[in-house]
Amino acid sequence: MNHGRGAYIVKRIIGAILTIWVVITVIFFLQKALPGDPFAKLARNPRMDPAAIAQLREEFGVGDPVWQQYLKYLNNVLHGNLGISTDDLQPVAPQLWEKLKITVPMVALGETIAIVLGVATGVIAATRRKSAFDYGSTATALTFYSFPTQWFGLMLIAIFAVGLGWFPTGGREDFFAALEGVPYVLNTLWHMVLPSMTLGLVLFGEYTIVVRSAMLETLGDDFIQTARAKGLSKKRIIWRHAFRNASLPIVTLLALSVAFVVSGALLVEVVFNWPGIGLATQEAIETNDSPMLMGATLVLVVAVVIANLVADLLYFKLDPRITE
Amino acid sequence: MSVQMEPSVIPEPPKKHRFLSRLLHERKMAVVGVIIMGALVLLGTFGPMVARYPATRASGGLSQPPSAAHWLGTDDSGKDMVSLILTGIRTSLIVGIAGGLVSILIGGTLGIVAGYVGGKTDSAIMRVADFFLVVPEVVLALVLISIFSPGTAVIILVIGLLLWAGNARVLRSQTKSIRERVYVKRAKAIGASNSRILFRHVVPQTAPLLVANGVLAIAVAVFLETAIAFLGLGDPATISLGKLIENAFDASATTNGYWWMLIPPGVVVTLMILGCTLFGQALEDELNPRLKSTFLSTRSFRMRRAPAPASAPASASATPEVQP
Repeated sequence: MNHGRGAYIVKRIIGAILTIWVVITVIFFLQKALPGDPFAKLARNPRMDPAAIAQLREEFGVGDPVWQQYLKYLNNVLHGNLGISTDDLQPVAPQLWEKLKITVPMVALGETIAIVLGVATGVIAATRRKSAFDYGSTATALTFYSFPTQWFGLMLIAIFAVGLGWFPTGGREDFFAALEGVPYVLNTLWHMVLPSMTLGLVLFGEYTIVVRSAMLETLGDDFIQTARAKGLSKKRIIWRHAFRNASLPIVTLLALSVAFVVSGALLVEVVFNWPGIGLATQEAIETNDSPMLMGATLVLVVAVVIANLVADLLYFKLDPRITE
Repeated sequence: MSVQMEPSVIPEPPKKHRFLSRLLHERKMAVVGVIIMGALVLLGTFGPMVARYPATRASGGLSQPPSAAHWLGTDDSGKDMVSLILTGIRTSLIVGIAGGLVSILIGGTLGIVAGYVGGKTDSAIMRVADFFLVVPEVVLALVLISIFSPGTAVIILVIGLLLWAGNARVLRSQTKSIRERVYVKRAKAIGASNSRILFRHVVPQTAPLLVANGVLAIAVAVFLETAIAFLGLGDPATISLGKLIENAFDASATTNGYWWMLIPPGVVVTLMILGCTLFGQALEDELNPRLKSTFLSTRSFRMRRAPAPASAPASASATPEVQP
């Protein structure tokens, strides 16, 4: 039994590494296909030091056969070298790291909003099936689910930032306030509310629907009848028995939704001018900065693959029956 | 969303008209979906013909609020918003339907082949599908469109390419179950060729499921179109709903208070996605024999199998379907 479980984990991790390798390979060839040679573009830039260009060409094997370039690219990526942005001439990888640190809190808050609201609403709707709450929340969830993310963000800006003036219309901090310490964090949080709400509410719709059907499925099971017969409290049955079992498909769907979270984060960052990795991607497209675009793509896809792996392992922990 | 608790095995598809009328009779959500979709198709088909103003030229003052002459006001270049939206509905429907069709063509073909042939072909196709399922759609769309030039045909192809994997999954398992049915084995025993079995027995059986998945794919395609247009990668010469939302964003409709530029296109997109989801979901719930219970999955709207009930022995079906 233990052997099987260990093998399962190893298999998943190897699978994730293979996927990342495929992603790097695909990105390498996409980069070749992108219009405009980033090295030529850098060479034309008068602010660029010729020696640095020569070093860069050496690092990436410009002029070598494609397979050698590919090996060098693999090596560079593994060492965190994603080239130099053709826009601001800075190395891509450290910049992306900084942007990622800006994106993650906003997305995490949004995801938390979505999960808390989605689980609460879904569980209540399932336990009060066919009640007004059930119909109301299902209709609300479906509507939020259908909102185009960017439009919903704009609507929140129009209502809560422009109309009511409760929150800023965009950006991450008030630059000129020169805040530090706790006020700075609070200021950033205040800027984070609307972008995170946008992401959270768009996701909430889907989560509610998923949690509700997973709960309904579980509530019909025999062991719930048994628990009832034993005279357990309703609260205990719902959370300790039903929800624990229903959490399996929910975790699967959370994992699947990571790809959408990333897409949503990109749109949200553009709408709210949130200077994270999504906005960087959008700017890289506008300035035709292919090292930056490819670096950002790589980071985003790898993030999704890792999130999927985590969900897989979590799933495994939640369900001791899996041995495969 | 209605709950899928009914035993859902439908061995033979009933006669089409009877099936549809039963579907509409039993599932109110489906009726709502059909009405919304029908209204939008009518508006998209005939709307631009009967519009009072051209959608391509200015016909009034800049950014005028709604009035008797311009029911939804004018945009920041003086074009009539009603005309723009009617044209936008047409474009978004064309992109959505064509994108859905492409995804069904690719996904259906590969899914049926994978399910029918099995073995190495099957695992190869499904590995590629897994890869497409984890990659964030919007990010991949951006990269692909920045390689090719933005144009409606490219956008349709890219959308189809992004959405095929989910369809392939569903069709594969459907094909697998059909292949094992007695009449297929009998046909094989009396010497029917593979192509005859495929086209006479397998494909017709999967057709309703193909339709359901196609309708759901339209919703995702419409969503993707708005995202692509919003990020400035849409066809610049085409008026689509996504483009109208982007126009509102570019014209700072939120801070300037041009609500008539922002609200209508978003509401129409929401209705379009809602209509397709409601109808497609109802169709699939009714049709997918594989599912005892169904869960709406992330943006790609795939249905997946519920994990085995707690009382049943663990099986491979309890593992998440998407693994890197």
